[in-house]
Amino acid sequence: MTGSKLRAKDFETDQDVRWCPGCGDYAILKQVQTAFAELGMEKENTVFISGIGCSSRFPYYMDTYGMHSIHGRAAAIASGLKAVRKDLNVWIVTGDGDSLSIGGNHLIHLLRRNFDVNVLLFNNEIYGLTKGQYSPTTPEGTVTKSSPYGVLDHPFNPLALALGAEATFVARALDRDPRHLKDLIIRANEHKGTSLLEIYQNCPVFNDGAFTVLTDKDSKQDSTLWLKNGEPLVFGENNTKGILLDGFKPKIVSLEDGYSMDDLWVHDESDPLKAHMLTRFFGDPSLEGNLPRPFGLFYVNERESYETAMDNQVQEAYNQRGEGDLDALIQGKSTWEIN
Amino acid sequence: MEKEILEKKDVTILFAGDSGDGMQLTGNQFTFTSALFGNDVSTFPNFPAEIRAPQGTVAGVSGFQLRFGSVEVFTPGDDSDVLVVMNAAALKANISKLKRGGVVIANTSGFDNKNLKLSHYEVNPLEDGSLDDYELHEVDITSLTREALVDSGLARKDVDRSKNMFVLGFLYWMYSRDLASTIQFIEEKFAKKPELIESNLKVLKTGYHYGDTSETFGTRYQVKKAKLPKGKYRSIMGNQAAAYGIIAAAKQAGLKTFYGSYPITPASDILHELSKHKNFGVKTYQAEDEIAAICAAIGASFGGALGVTASSGPGIALKGEALGLAVMLELPLLVINVQRGGPSTGLPTKTEQSDLMQALYGRNGEAPIPVIAARTPSDCFSSIMEAIRISVEHMTPVMFLSDGYLANGAEPWAYPEAKDLPKITVPKVTQKPAEGEAYLPYLRDEKLVREWAIPGMEGLMHRLGGLEKEDRTGNISYDPENHEKMVRLRAEKVERIADFIPDLKIEQGPEKGKVLVLGWGSTYGSIRMAVDQCIKEGLEVSQAHFRYLNPFPKNTAEIMASFDHVIIPEINDKQLVHVIRSKFLMDAIPFSKIQGLPFTSSELVAKIKEIYA
Repeated sequence: MTGSKLRAKDFETDQDVRWCPGCGDYAILKQVQTAFAELGMEKENTVFISGIGCSSRFPYYMDTYGMHSIHGRAAAIASGLKAVRKDLNVWIVTGDGDSLSIGGNHLIHLLRRNFDVNVLLFNNEIYGLTKGQYSPTTPEGTVTKSSPYGVLDHPFNPLALALGAEATFVARALDRDPRHLKDLIIRANEHKGTSLLEIYQNCPVFNDGAFTVLTDKDSKQDSTLWLKNGEPLVFGENNTKGILLDGFKPKIVSLEDGYSMDDLWVHDESDPLKAHMLTRFFGDPSLEGNLPRPFGLFYVNERESYETAMDNQVQEAYNQRGEGDLDALIQGKSTWEIN
Repeated sequence: MEKEILEKKDVTILFAGDSGDGMQLTGNQFTFTSALFGNDVSTFPNFPAEIRAPQGTVAGVSGFQLRFGSVEVFTPGDDSDVLVVMNAAALKANISKLKRGGVVIANTSGFDNKNLKLSHYEVNPLEDGSLDDYELHEVDITSLTREALVDSGLARKDVDRSKNMFVLGFLYWMYSRDLASTIQFIEEKFAKKPELIESNLKVLKTGYHYGDTSETFGTRYQVKKAKLPKGKYRSIMGNQAAAYGIIAAAKQAGLKTFYGSYPITPASDILHELSKHKNFGVKTYQAEDEIAAICAAIGASFGGALGVTASSGPGIALKGEALGLAVMLELPLLVINVQRGGPSTGLPTKTEQSDLMQALYGRNGEAPIPVIAARTPSDCFSSIMEAIRISVEHMTPVMFLSDGYLANGAEPWAYPEAKDLPKITVPKVTQKPAEGEAYLPYLRDEKLVREWAIPGMEGLMHRLGGLEKEDRTGNISYDPENHEKMVRLRAEKVERIADFIPDLKIEQGPEKGKVLVLGWGSTYGSIRMAVDQCIKEGLEVSQAHFRYLNPFPKNTAEIMASFDHVIIPEINDKQLVHVIRSKFLMDAIPFSKIQGLPFTSSELVAKIKEIYA
């Protein structure tokens, strides 16, 4: 297969895809396959690791190597795999329950270690496979099967969490905008280090419309902000609104009312402080005065990957001491003989 | 004055003091020197769970018992011949472990009012006659050490820390030992602090000369070399042997090792040891938790490396779900449990064999795995190699059981040469399926073992997972009959390992007869000594010892049936007895001890005689 160009279809398996009709996962699968074809990815050198949940069925539908593991542990398994197999292209597919609740610990440690793997975090703000309980990203007050009087838990802000865990690539996409999603999949693949791509994904059965305000024709222009490196933060119909920094405070201004592009905050994806601020654009954008929800690449930074550091340390041991001598190891420093 | 030298066959010494008094180091040095000299040696370090429990209290006492002999010794001894106590608390905690008439060497500075109060003595036991049954030697070790270092310019704290060297020097004199290996040790340990080399050597020699010049000690002892089997020897501890065994097995299999671990007593020393040997292709990974440690090891095995993880009972409990995943994936994986007292946090620094049931059955669903247990510190080497051989050749996770007693115990080891170590065959896929044919990841050979297809191999892409697999294809299957078939296939695969392991053998005593003492794991030494004594007294008693606890050797029932009575001593509440009864419908007499301590030989001898009568 190596060398011959593959089509998106070549990454499909013979297994029937079993997500619910209308599930956002279909669009994500399609974009991953399309991106992989564009990237000329080799099937045998690609591995998908997932945990448990609807999204975690993903590996069965990719004709690469794969493992559908146990709840929350994909990040830990992928870490061990990457530690011994730097040559492989490793992808983690996980959901909001899988990686932010039961697997939260592994996710933050993966991010700080910075293994060169890609995380596709499907966030539908609900537990789908167990039929509709609230997840760690479900907004407070939401009525679900396990919260008939409304959710009490304050939700996680996944990208703020990721930056707090020293992530080196933090991005957000939306199942309803496939082209933008595909571009970010390609950027994630390019990044040397852990890429965290959060994908808002609609669950039509248990949490339908969770992202409507961000996708609906009438509301999306005012509620979403599409980040482009080196360009000012503009949004709204015909990009007539902008965001500037008033000291440390982001402020929405109208470009038709005394402000120009030159006044605006220019996105710099290498700026960690501003990236932190962007992740805090997290209020409900349908409410008056709230900032729009950003999409795109918030932050990217090159830092040595864990497996590179690990290999270097092993190589250094070989350089200094040569290939280990088993007999010398076993006998140690002091021996005696009995005749 | 020329001092008399008496010959002894074997001697047990117990060093006891505050956890900061350096008793472990003293014991280890004495052990090493005696082993180098040619004695057989067995040791038992016994320390508190707290790093530095309050000084002077009984809770803070750290002990190191060792037995050395001109005869073979298999245990660190029941009661000791010599008890060295650095303070009153150490005496209080250990006087019951000294033989009547035994020698007490007491550091008198450790018996001041403060120490007596902290150890709840109302009267000084050195003065009230309570030690009249023993040979008491009072030595002001603290003052003698301070005097020796009066011109050293060292701080009082550093001076006092070297008082264990006085003890060591004095005991070297008492047992006619050579100082050379300890001198070398001190020179290496303090290579960067020459002032400490000088001071420690000075105190060591002061202790040695004190024996010569002091009027109180008229007698020295000599313990000649032991008649051990011919060979080259070194001293080894259990965790160290386990680490070397992992490195050796990976080499014999031609695999790289990935060791995922989270710190836990008493397993951490394996991580410490392995992390030093990266030039053997070993990668060590200190994971964020126990679950991540095993999961990372599974990921590494999926990638074609030898995945290994280790813990102790509480950590193994956390690994249970992932271990079940490994059962489904049918990948090699070694899981080490260095057992300690349980349940829950239990007794972290004490030994126990109470995780046998957990090893055999501690997973959801039908999830059998091979279980292998080491019997002595040095046996950790070959037993762990055997565990890895089974794991790799039979494509299954394997549980290796050690315990705190083996992990920290030391003994002489007739070490093997690398060229004589067993080879391990790796069942990697050798050819890809013919053009147009699908790859079947769960196709099995006559052992029911599937092949290991590793990412990167062209044409063998497949998806593994924890959902039930369809036979041969490995696709998800909820088919009722397929599930039963797969459950039975996985179980049968483990059962068939019995065709590839040696028979259970009689270690000593007749092949059939009245009483068989059947053990597993670290009780080997105590049983060995006890059965040996019974045989010498003319009783018809035999010993057999399991290394393989799942599957059992094929002749197990036959061996058991050859004896009128089978006694199974365990440091737990009859766990193996339950298994034996259910598996073979044969009775066995349990003998349990659950005190965080190994059996003494005399306890076992008494039990054997009770059954024998």
